[in-house]
Amino acid sequence: MRIAFILSEVGSGLRRNLSMVISVVLVTFISLTFVGAAGLLQLQISQMKGYWYDRVQVAVFLCVDNSMSPTCAAGPVTAEQRASIRALLEGENLSRYVSAVEYESQDDALGHFQDQFANSPIVESVTADQLPESFRVSLVDAEKYGIIDEAFSSLPGVDVVSDQRELLEKVFSVMNRASLGALLVAGVMTLCAVLLIATTIRLSAFSRRRETGIMGLVGASKAVIQLPFVLEGVIAAVGGALLASGTLWLSSDFLITWLSRLYPETAFISAQQVLLLLPVLILLAALLAGVSSLLALRRYVKV
Amino acid sequence: MIRFDNVTKIYDQKSRPALHSVSLEVNRSEFVFLVGASGSGKSTFLRLVLKEDTASRGAVHVAGRNVADIPGWRVPRLRRGIGVVFQDFRLLPNKTAFANVAFAMQVTGKSRTVIRETVPDVLRIVGLEGKGNRMPHELSGGEQQRVAIARAIVNKPAILLADEPTGNLDPTTSMGIMNILEHVNRNGTTVVMATHDNTIVNSLRKRVVELQHGRVVRDEAQGIYVGEIRAAAG
Ligand SMILES: Nc1ncnc2c1ncn2[C@@H]1O[C@H](COP(=O)(O)OP(=O)(O)OP(=O)(O)O)[C@@H](O)[C@H]1O
Ligand SMILES: [Mg+2]
Repeated sequence: MRIAFILSEVGSGLRRNLSMVISVVLVTFISLTFVGAAGLLQLQISQMKGYWYDRVQVAVFLCVDNSMSPTCAAGPVTAEQRASIRALLEGENLSRYVSAVEYESQDDALGHFQDQFANSPIVESVTADQLPESFRVSLVDAEKYGIIDEAFSSLPGVDVVSDQRELLEKVFSVMNRASLGALLVAGVMTLCAVLLIATTIRLSAFSRRRETGIMGLVGASKAVIQLPFVLEGVIAAVGGALLASGTLWLSSDFLITWLSRLYPETAFISAQQVLLLLPVLILLAALLAGVSSLLALRRYVKV
Repeated sequence: MIRFDNVTKIYDQKSRPALHSVSLEVNRSEFVFLVGASGSGKSTFLRLVLKEDTASRGAVHVAGRNVADIPGWRVPRLRRGIGVVFQDFRLLPNKTAFANVAFAMQVTGKSRTVIRETVPDVLRIVGLEGKGNRMPHELSGGEQQRVAIARAIVNKPAILLADEPTGNLDPTTSMGIMNILEHVNRNGTTVVMATHDNTIVNSLRKRVVELQHGRVVRDEAQGIYVGEIRAAAG
């Protein structure tokens, strides 16, 4: 009975403040959409980091005919130089940092090049002797790139040491900034949502102070008096969260399909991961609304 | 049932206390009129019984318990044992008479069946048989007060507090209300009624406690009230 009673109170409260309820729904909708977008971006970043950091290698390019760096002044790399570089890479001293070393000959390089640019006319004009041979070094810890750079970039026969991570870092920093921006907007919007919920609940409590006063006189407990208001706030906020979830779900689905067609090599977050984020958003909305309505009521509904 | 031990209530330091060292005992099943001029502290007395406010000094005992010892979350339980009626009825305007009475049962978690059985009985007791579906604005003042009394007694409280329940009603209607209160009292409920109405006090011949500037100046077993006349003379 008490549950039915409380629910009917909630219903009458929602109807009475319909316009405020709608504004709460919309504000939580917008704010949670941004929270969710920031969350999804972070997920995507860590996904890509995990995927790429395992695969990025440090490439030690060896001198070819037209290399410009001073270590290549003596011309293309010699067989002894190549052997000593390999020995150093596979030696005791670096074994702590290096997990694998692959040698890529000029012919291998051409093969990879042809694969990568399969449909491009540029393939025709490139020959194996224009591409440098290299050692592809996989590191135990991708952050330790500096050690390889230091050890090899001044060795004779080595042209350049390049870290593929550098390029990735640039991509990640752009994505990080985007997610930070989304988070900032999310923060401001969430603050708005919390304040709006508190105001709405306070207004609702004020417009029903006669009822709550009478409830207090006939011995209703604080929970019975406050619960309808708190539920009002929670229902409105969860409504907004559901809208945000739907929006995020549809747009992420669309974006992921679109992007993975553009960049088939890139690992994108899966639909399941998006789905997992949505209950978190709904829970967050319920929690924020519940706490802010309780705080708003503390001063206004006295027993 | 209700005991005040040297109770003083000070609302603000600058003005004189609303109640000043009031000691008073109301026994089970007693009917007490609380009389006195406006501002003498009658409503304050009732508020202290309900723990709507706390005494500044002294102790208020209700049903054997010092209300100061009742923690906040237990106050609703205290109030379920006390019915209250006011001069301005305090009905919910958008609920029918039946729903207004049922409200007091709903908030305490009574089941729908119990409510459906009890409310019509109580409406009959207060003489509103067949008017349960009326909205408050479709009822006369006297009828609205009957609804309020029905709401106050529907949970079978041990104590009924009435703050000038006849204040807005004509003499005949007032007598009708008094009959209901006497009926409630005869069934064992302790009734404390604050009033200005000397006609009522004098015709019922119940115990009369008179307050003046927050002090008990008179406590008679079958008293009368001539307050307004004395005030005019003095
Ligand atoms: N909430 C309050 N804050 C400050 N002062 C109050 C408050 N309530 C009552 N008072 C003061 O306490 C005194 C007693 O008030 P109370 O309401 O108890 O009188 P009363 O006997 O019920 O009067 P009436 O017959 O007019 O209803 C008055 O002087 C009043 O101004
Ligand atoms: Mg009064």
